Amino acid sequence: MSLLVGVDVGGTFTDLFALDPESGSFRIAKVSSRRGDEAAGFLAGLEAIGGVVGCSAIVHGTTVGTNALLERKGARTGLIATRGFRDVLEMRRRDRPRAWGLAGDFVPVIDRDLRVEVDERTLADGTIATAVDAAEVTAAGRYLLAKGAEAVCIAFINAYANPANERAALAALARIWPNEHLCCSSDILPEIREFERTSTAALNAYLQPVVGAYLARLEAALARADFAGRFHIVQSNGGVMSTATARRLPVRTALSGPAAGVIAAAAIGRAAGFPDLITGDLGGTSFDVALIAGGEPSFAAQSAIDFGLIVRTPMVEITTIGAGGGSIARVDAGGLLQVGPESAGSVPGPVCYGQGNDRPTLTDANLLLGRINPERPIGGTLARLDVDAAREAIARHVGAPLGLEAAEAAEAIVRVANARMAGAIRLLSIERGHDPARFAFMPFGGGGAMHAGALMREVGLAATIVPRLPGVTSALGCLLADVRHDAVRTVNLALDRLDGAALTARLAAMAEEVRGVVAAAGLPLTEIVLHAEADMHYQGQTHAVVVPLPFRPDGPPLDEASVRAAFEAAYRSGFSRLLPGIPVRLATLRMAAIGRRPAFDLAVLAPAAGATLAAARLGSRRVRFDGAWHDTPIYDRLALPVDAEIAGPAILEQADATVVVDPGLVARVDRLGNLIMTRR
Amino acid sequence: MTTLDPVTLAVLKGRLEQIADEMDATLARSAFNPIIAEARDLSHGLYHAETGETLVQGSSGLPIFVGATAFAVRAVIDHAAARGGARPGETWAFNDPYLGGTHLNDMRLVRPVFRRGRVFCWLASVAHWLDFGGAVPGGYNPRATEAHQEGVRIPPVVLAREGVLDETVLAILQANTRTPHANWGDLNGQLNALDLGERRLCALLDEAGEETVAALAALTARAEAMMRDALARLPDGVYAAEDFLDNDGIDQAALPIRLRLTIAGERASLDFSGTAAACAGPLNISRATAIAACYVALKHLFPEVPANGGCLAPIAITIPDGSILAAEAPRPIAGYTETILRVIDVIFRAFAEASPDRAIAGPFATINALSISGRRADASRWVMFCFFGGGLGGTPQSDGLNHGNNPISTATMPPLEILEASYPIRFTQWALRPDSAGPGMHRGGLGAIYEIAIDDAGGADAFLLGERGLFPPFGVAGGGAASPNRFAWQTDDGWRSSPMVSKAFGLSLARGQRIRLETPGGGGWGDPFARDPARVARDVRLGYVSAKAARDAYGVVVLEDGSVDAEATAALRRGRAA
Repeated sequence: MSLLVGVDVGGTFTDLFALDPESGSFRIAKVSSRRGDEAAGFLAGLEAIGGVVGCSAIVHGTTVGTNALLERKGARTGLIATRGFRDVLEMRRRDRPRAWGLAGDFVPVIDRDLRVEVDERTLADGTIATAVDAAEVTAAGRYLLAKGAEAVCIAFINAYANPANERAALAALARIWPNEHLCCSSDILPEIREFERTSTAALNAYLQPVVGAYLARLEAALARADFAGRFHIVQSNGGVMSTATARRLPVRTALSGPAAGVIAAAAIGRAAGFPDLITGDLGGTSFDVALIAGGEPSFAAQSAIDFGLIVRTPMVEITTIGAGGGSIARVDAGGLLQVGPESAGSVPGPVCYGQGNDRPTLTDANLLLGRINPERPIGGTLARLDVDAAREAIARHVGAPLGLEAAEAAEAIVRVANARMAGAIRLLSIERGHDPARFAFMPFGGGGAMHAGALMREVGLAATIVPRLPGVTSALGCLLADVRHDAVRTVNLALDRLDGAALTARLAAMAEEVRGVVAAAGLPLTEIVLHAEADMHYQGQTHAVVVPLPFRPDGPPLDEASVRAAFEAAYRSGFSRLLPGIPVRLATLRMAAIGRRPAFDLAVLAPAAGATLAAARLGSRRVRFDGAWHDTPIYDRLALPVDAEIAGPAILEQADATVVVDPGLVARVDRLGNLIMTRR
Repeated sequence: MTTLDPVTLAVLKGRLEQIADEMDATLARSAFNPIIAEARDLSHGLYHAETGETLVQGSSGLPIFVGATAFAVRAVIDHAAARGGARPGETWAFNDPYLGGTHLNDMRLVRPVFRRGRVFCWLASVAHWLDFGGAVPGGYNPRATEAHQEGVRIPPVVLAREGVLDETVLAILQANTRTPHANWGDLNGQLNALDLGERRLCALLDEAGEETVAALAALTARAEAMMRDALARLPDGVYAAEDFLDNDGIDQAALPIRLRLTIAGERASLDFSGTAAACAGPLNISRATAIAACYVALKHLFPEVPANGGCLAPIAITIPDGSILAAEAPRPIAGYTETILRVIDVIFRAFAEASPDRAIAGPFATINALSISGRRADASRWVMFCFFGGGLGGTPQSDGLNHGNNPISTATMPPLEILEASYPIRFTQWALRPDSAGPGMHRGGLGAIYEIAIDDAGGADAFLLGERGLFPPFGVAGGGAASPNRFAWQTDDGWRSSPMVSKAFGLSLARGQRIRLETPGGGGWGDPFARDPARVARDVRLGYVSAKAARDAYGVVVLEDGSVDAEATAALRRGRAA
């Protein structure tokens, strides 16, 4: 047996999806995550699928980096900068949080007293005006060590044009620094624009100890368990990388877990005939929304993790709000009911978990309304949920101040949470001019499918597609994601009288390098595709257009005419007017190798033949919809046959999620086992 | 008229804003001069066919243009009507600030979009050109006494007919700039943006139908209703505020800006009577600019109200004829940014009285327009032009932001690496300025220090148009004022400063000589003696506040080791209370 295992560690649960590619059989598992000790959940999960001995590869989507950035829990980090420029990180690009309204301040991840300046200067043309002095760098390093820094980022002005001073400083620092948590800006992002480069590199250093320690714990534990396969990490751009790369470039994991989910959602949507999707991942603490149009997720070249925390590396575009199952409901000073962003997380978790929290959460409200089965808690670690405790907490904290019965108060909590989730979806769709009526909603995570009906109604979405295994979508995505490695070189060449042979040789060398990294990943691949691109611009422009180059390792060499034709085609697709007579320049070469994973037939998830609707029926219970209790049939979702149709109200239960079919909706099982909900 | 359900209305509004956003991005990505490409000193929008009123505006455009561009479109509508109406395929261009607001560097391209033989709406593209003639490279002439010394003034003219550019007009535009290459690139960028906007809009109209899109007028009514509601929540009353400009660059006398704000039910009036008379130097603004400034201030105070013309409907604005706020041709207007910032300041000050829970302490409120220019080896001119940042004011919610941008702008600063790659200059410092923030329970944000050395063997000339050198950003609710703006330059005989403080003309700098700008922080909010001593100690540790200022302005004694001397602090704070 050689299992491929996808592992997604979220804030509340750790999900696993294990596939045997030969037999097509799979297993899933869900265990609790522990914030701060994510490795423990990871290993418990591997135990739950039968241990690691039979695994040939593990691919991991992680939120350790994301959480460290959002909660400002990275390492104590120092910065070594060019004399006169230590405040670049804090001064940003002279922006402000919002266009309208002037409130809000900014705290950088590296405090000002941990930012040290040294004499050195590189000019814009790459000339070294002042060489860096190793002794001064060493002294700066000793100062930072004494101040308690665990990691250091070196970011010098114009290092994109010539990295020599940064490299020399890094070498000097490495001789005295007690660990490997060092980086320099020209290694992380060799691009012009000092703030974006410094910010990305500083956040990288800030994450190095956190992500490094986490991966080291996992690798040590895997070694102890005699794991002999490959271990990989999903990047924010949806490609897979080695753990060695992830340790060096942890900033590329900023959206690792969510990116895996979006990759899986796009694949499921394409297979089910829903290429236009809005995904909603409702976890314990947050609701993540992404838009997929034409079967492809949208990417951003640069993202702000928070105001002023800029990461410039391609990422899946995801909007996050603080509304999840653990979000706490309270009545504020103005008498308004609020749900989140404060969360009870998974520990202590909702009141009904009985682990010490007495403030009601969204999950408590769903439980009280009968939508969640108290005898079958998701995740499987708790025996049952305490409905009475949930009722009491809702009555006291929400019902009494608003003058509502407990059940009415629970409905109000769900309604407020729905409105917040609908707002996040609108932001990504309507506010960007996408008509929601053309999109289907795809909930994943354990709780999203309880709110689908309300979100369809509030936002005007056409349908909902609930994946067969919504709770493990991100873990599944880890198995679908391609292997990817990217390389960048700043070249600064004129297109006039371009030496095509030299350029082609350069591209070939880059191709060799990135292809080698992808091949070395050791995952089964059907092919490795190369994408060669150049950033090109008219002389005088500060921005460039991305030009796909007609490069093939075995093809004819490029020349001035073929590169010009490629530039003009790319320019014309972005802008209506070429500028004849103005010289053209090549600023940067980019090469990506993408290793395609073997096609994953989602039919392995399809319901078994011979299932019947009657056999799937579990009974019924009272569930509250629109102010009244309904006797509502309950089904075992995974036992439903293909083409089964169920009219709402109904509840479909499965180990990792609960689906609520609202009155007025009808749910149908498609041939892959997805549930399609539409208005009756 | 068709009325729309709220969801359809919201979707269409989103799609139109998307079009304007894409126009912003198209120009920024294809522009040549860093003020447009990197600082995004630009704006695009869709405007009403008959009135020119703003329908939607791109979200990355400059706030001040949101209010001003409607006047520019109106001017083109009037000029087109005078010659028998706009024709399909036309694109108009002009920079006349008395008609379109702001200053001569802002080139406005306005294009009618025709449907079924009639103008359906107008598209406009506004962008800050690097240089358009006048006595000072970059246009910010601190000694101008008439607009002719600030640049070339172009009235609304037809730049393109039936989609073809008029070579005569182009030749005139290109002959009147020191930077024809950059201007040519930027003009093409603006045309790219209009082409894209027209294409996208027509696709939307084909799909959704003109009647549906026309129903967007409902958005204006919604903004008006929200503004009325916001005003109704404020206490009725009359609130007065004043502030001053340092000088007009010609005469050293300070120039007062005065405001009487009256709130009565769901209406308000802004009366600027008592404001300085039109001045000799370039600190005048046209009426269109003054109204746009009021709009910007109100949008910051009431950010929840949507950005369109409806906001101003319940507000009466009185701008006295002959004042600095009602300039007519050829009064010099190049320093318009400084005057509108002061107009916004007095509105913030008056509303701080009316509504303490929305009080905003003074932002740094000067743009410090700096131009440095020289000649390349091939004798062509280079012109580097840049605005600088400073601190924002403290608010009831938080300390002010360190190194932010002005309320009139969302323009980011060009990276110094882009400036160094484009021009023969070298930054020697780019840093926060300690002790520049106004003290307060929530202090202001810090201003910045910028030091630039000339790297051109032939030397360079520098010009500055700034303010707040004598009248610093104000505190509110007991908070203190920030540090004023400072400017100095190196000569063979050492450092020099200007008699006009933050305005300087034709400084001649040799290779290696430097200029140094220290910008104001923001004003403080609330009593600094009520600031948590631990937060003051943190400010000292980070070098935001010196130990001396901690003692003098905050009454907090911070020891050598960074800890707070609690006893001495308590004694100091008691001492002041007594």
